[in-house]
Amino acid sequence: MTDPAKTVFSRAAAAVTSGRLGSLLRIHSIVVLILLLLAFVGGIQIARPGTVNAVWISNMLLFAAPLGIVAAGQTLVMLTGGIDLSVASVATASAYLMATHSGLGVAPAILYGLAVGFAVGLINGIGIALLRVQPLVMTLGTGLMTEGMLVVYSQKKMADAPRVPQFIEDLGAGKFLGGIPNDLIVWVPIAIILIFVLRRTGYGRLLYAIGDNSKACNLAGIRVWRILLLNYVTCGLLAAAAGLIIVGGTDSAELRLAEVYLLPSVAAVIIGGTSIFGGRGGYSGTIIGALILTVLNSILTLLDVPESVRQILYGAIILLLAAAYTRLTD
Amino acid sequence: MITSSEGKPSVMANPAASNMRLVKRLQRSLRRDPSLFFMPALLIVALATTVAIHPQFSDFDLQSLAMGALPLAFAAAAQTIVVISGGIDLSIGSVMAVTNVLAASAMEKASFGQSLLLAVAVLLAGAAIGALNGVIVRVSRIPDVVATLTSGFIWGGVALVILEKPGGGAPQEFLNLGTGTLFTSWLPNALVLLVAAVGVIWIPLRRSRLGLQLYAIGSDRTAAFRSGVNIDRTRLAAYIFSGLFSAVGGLGLTMTTGIGAPLAGVYYTLSGLAAVVIGGVSLAGGRGGMLGPVIAAFVLTLIPTDLIFLNIDPNFGQVIQGTLIVVIVMIGGFVDMERGRK
Repeated sequence: MTDPAKTVFSRAAAAVTSGRLGSLLRIHSIVVLILLLLAFVGGIQIARPGTVNAVWISNMLLFAAPLGIVAAGQTLVMLTGGIDLSVASVATASAYLMATHSGLGVAPAILYGLAVGFAVGLINGIGIALLRVQPLVMTLGTGLMTEGMLVVYSQKKMADAPRVPQFIEDLGAGKFLGGIPNDLIVWVPIAIILIFVLRRTGYGRLLYAIGDNSKACNLAGIRVWRILLLNYVTCGLLAAAAGLIIVGGTDSAELRLAEVYLLPSVAAVIIGGTSIFGGRGGYSGTIIGALILTVLNSILTLLDVPESVRQILYGAIILLLAAAYTRLTD
Repeated sequence: MITSSEGKPSVMANPAASNMRLVKRLQRSLRRDPSLFFMPALLIVALATTVAIHPQFSDFDLQSLAMGALPLAFAAAAQTIVVISGGIDLSIGSVMAVTNVLAASAMEKASFGQSLLLAVAVLLAGAAIGALNGVIVRVSRIPDVVATLTSGFIWGGVALVILEKPGGGAPQEFLNLGTGTLFTSWLPNALVLLVAAVGVIWIPLRRSRLGLQLYAIGSDRTAAFRSGVNIDRTRLAAYIFSGLFSAVGGLGLTMTTGIGAPLAGVYYTLSGLAAVVIGGVSLAGGRGGMLGPVIAAFVLTLIPTDLIFLNIDPNFGQVIQGTLIVVIVMIGGFVDMERGRK
């Protein structure tokens, strides 16, 4: 109890949460997140006047979309009390496989990419739902497998270099109607479907129930394994789709393409108010979380500091945000 | 008949009974920790396989095996302590990278004596980083997985600040601590160093009150709390020891590679965790020992070597590693289920 940081923190938290404003914020925690996002945007505008304009906003949405899609899968998985550490490897493998099969035409190439996500998600699901392996270990293992397979595959494929088709490039980097990013065409429907499914359908409610108490669900006659299996497959597919958008944005399929998305995908969900222990949260928070992280990235880019310092600041701010948010809402 | 040791009188009275007791005790410890038997057996099988497919296995091969396994074994040791206490540390690779570049950049122009002093300083730095990780986990109240995933990201940045590109170095005598041999060419220094470091840190810890508390909070936090264990302090201690072992691993990297590389550590977080899982330490906490993960590190190092001897792409090693983790955890799950049924 002598820890000064602890007392200051908890006193501040208590001061906020005890008032009427506090309880309102706790219920509508999404409001806090939106305020935080606006504060970040305001900060940029004050530090570098003129930065925030239509082009900037459209760029932010463009960059946030792949993160939002990976984090969508992560949200589904974390709601059930799991975690998926294979998303980054899946996204990379999907992008690479798509690029090496681009000679077959766009549609088959995309199918190859999504097939990776389906396969790894299925293996994850079988291991976690049927064989009861801890999600952390299972997805760690499949992540290592995917990465290893990809390295072996890339060395075999040396002859025909990966090429990103024009369609994917347009999807990942283009805009229409004078500024709406193309990748929103993928992200917005996913977001709407996900929010609807989580709030309005039995499947969504089951996800919360499993995350809250999967034993009770089993005893109540719910086939938990089916839900979990479907959930991990969906997560794999979403990660694969995100990989396609990411490679469209960078225009080169590399072996470490999506590695940088692992931490933000988990962080966006946590900052968005979904509990890692499951049963609490939702996708709308994750969307704001992804936007906050994207804006944060943009701020750090504007600061013009070396990559190493950027990495330190990014991590530190994620820690602060997650800690503050966990305390505010607990 | 008054003797200080309890076992002695019965030895004189009835040697057969004492033999039985020894067998019983051995059986009990095996049942409690099956990896005690399983892991050495696995290592022997792996070594035998290597010799079978590569009959000219020489002292040089043994040396390179020990050198390759050294950093991984320390990464596994670091992870083991945190996992036993019921947590998980995904920042180990980055901490190894920080200590690796710290050592290589400070020792570049140092004499052997100075480099030993610097090594002690690096160990302290590692423990301090571990302590900071522990504080972050405790104060932030974020689950260990997320907190250390993020702090690992930060330490990765710190390593890049210290040394942007692979470089630096250390005096030859210092490198020799990890690359040379002792007495005969069949006893690599790396092996001696590993046994010494793990022995000096782990065995006293395991036998101390703190060691017992680590297992206690890992197996049941509430029960441990009600028995008067200071949970926060014990968790902090686990992270400090994790940082210390990571620092030894970072020094091991410096010795075996001769340079500091800011990105070299990345590999060790996941592979170290793989070694922990394969070594029979339960990720639920409270169960397992140090022998399993350290031996698993050797087995994992042997796999790519064997693949090269077999003319197979060594990158399949990572695939095998991932498969091994999953399969072993599944087997563990089945064993637990069977036990629960009885």
